[in-house]
Amino acid sequence: MRLMRTRLAAVLGVALAVGAPLPGTADEIVGALSQSRVALTANFAGSEILIFGAIVPTDDTGTATLTDETMTEEAHGGPDLGPLTGADVTPQNPVTVAQDTAPASNPDATLDVGTDVIVVIEGPREPVAVWRKERRAGIWVNVESVTLPSVPSFYAVAATAPLNEILSPEADAQYRISIGQAIQADRALDGPDQALLFAEALVRIRERGREFQALERHVRLDRGVLFRTSVQLPANLTEGAYTTRMFLVRDGEVINQFRTAIFVQKDGLEQWLHWLATNYSFLYGLLALAIALVAGWGASALFRLVRNS
Amino acid sequence: MIYLPIAEVSVNAFTLIGVGGGVGLLSGMFGVGGGFLITPLLFFIGIPPAVAVATGANQVVASSISGVLAHFRRKTVDLKMGTVLLIGGLIGSSVGIVLFRWLSAIGQIDLAVQLSYVLFLGVVGALMLQESLRAWYRTKKPGAPRRKLHQHTWVHALPLKMKFRVSGLYISVIPPVLVGMSVGILSAVMGVGGGFIMVPAMIYLLGMPTKVVVGTSLYQIIFTTAYTTVAHAMTSHSVDVLLALFLILGGVVGAQFGTQIGMRLKAEQLRILLALLVLAVCIKVGLDLLVRPDELYSLRSLRGF
Repeated sequence: MRLMRTRLAAVLGVALAVGAPLPGTADEIVGALSQSRVALTANFAGSEILIFGAIVPTDDTGTATLTDETMTEEAHGGPDLGPLTGADVTPQNPVTVAQDTAPASNPDATLDVGTDVIVVIEGPREPVAVWRKERRAGIWVNVESVTLPSVPSFYAVAATAPLNEILSPEADAQYRISIGQAIQADRALDGPDQALLFAEALVRIRERGREFQALERHVRLDRGVLFRTSVQLPANLTEGAYTTRMFLVRDGEVINQFRTAIFVQKDGLEQWLHWLATNYSFLYGLLALAIALVAGWGASALFRLVRNS
Repeated sequence: MIYLPIAEVSVNAFTLIGVGGGVGLLSGMFGVGGGFLITPLLFFIGIPPAVAVATGANQVVASSISGVLAHFRRKTVDLKMGTVLLIGGLIGSSVGIVLFRWLSAIGQIDLAVQLSYVLFLGVVGALMLQESLRAWYRTKKPGAPRRKLHQHTWVHALPLKMKFRVSGLYISVIPPVLVGMSVGILSAVMGVGGGFIMVPAMIYLLGMPTKVVVGTSLYQIIFTTAYTTVAHAMTSHSVDVLLALFLILGGVVGAQFGTQIGMRLKAEQLRILLALLVLAVCIKVGLDLLVRPDELYSLRSLRGF
């Protein structure tokens, strides 16, 4: 928690620095991650990423209304940000929360009605074929497929409230925020007319495998300023850059967005093996055989030794 | 938990060693590589099918080497017959690799694998059970007529005859090459060594004595699966050495115990048990095809195609 607060303070510092010299712009959202690199080592079993940040209100003159005192208060004396659970997140009316606890020394803090935050983590994209089975001659076989050209291998969308309550369909389509938009079903290739059914099946299967996560009411927004959430990355991660986007949403429209990325890379032995398998596949195949040979012969020799002694 | 670099999934290391050990035990007992058990088991614990098939082949190499050494010491390997089978096997394996990629591309690899499992395991298992039960019944009645040493069938009428001294056979090389070829195709497509086809084919089709069948089959399987492993590594990059290592660790130990158990059982009993095992896997795979699946849709990542 202490680390967390220190980081929050750092983020706010950055937020002030960035927010101040931009006159006339609306509020900004600034965020950070608990880690920006994930190493896939032999004992990797999933990883939890904390995403946190702040909304920096700016008035018409471009001066950030957050003072240094407020920042100190938020960072050190603010409410304890306990572990996130679905129950203790109260996002429907963050304004009430904010006004109740807003420091009296800062009465003209401009906290707009309906401020919401959406956090999206998106894994590397790849084409995916969705197959449908049907009974033919008594057995179940794949009969039809639809190919979606660009599907994220991992997708988590966390928000302060259900997406359909805070985001207009137009904004969703423009920024491709919800899972339905992210899979880009409208770009389906060589598919039959009912491509929608296939897209639904894709989402259903990926959600069951925790590869797609719709985390409603999972972003905690304090005083309409500080937000934080956590996303569990599963154990079967694909290598690549995981784009992380944070959206500031007001009255259904995206006001501002912040982008960063998590770099997921194989490390150590895993990295070396993968590199060998891709670039020197013949050598790699021989290595696999050598392991088999040594292990097979070794076990046989060992057992004979044990039996004879 | 261990993260596998090629399969890109995280699995429990002890599960892998356990799977390897159990399959290795059966492998040593019956002289089958155990691929027909290990590949479906790997599917079940969430390894992608392409990786399971390719890595299964690699595991079979190790357990076969471990098993064949024990047979070499007892001089129950017919090297000449093994080599003839191997020539067929390598041709078949090359065909199988191409077939595997084509079936994956058109989305029917699962069906092809399942259907071949049901078909081959069903036929082989049923024939083997029927024959071995009859043989077992005969041994219980000492007065019954014994099986003739040489049963002349159409196999013996083919040209290109060759002497196989260890097996005590004088037959054409055409049937062994054909047997090797079909087993090679299966090896590549199903990720199996093909011992469960090879063993009965050698006994019933080629008329080899049961004593040398297991060792010879293992000897030939080493080379077919070694070839398949390298071919898969080069065409689809789907061999996971870390996965193979854990399976092998369990497998080689299991195979040694299996060989010991196998030596204590009578040949007929061994064949009845193998037949029952083969039929059990066949029924399990067959039911999956007949019963309506919970999820009618399936996903296939097209990365790498």
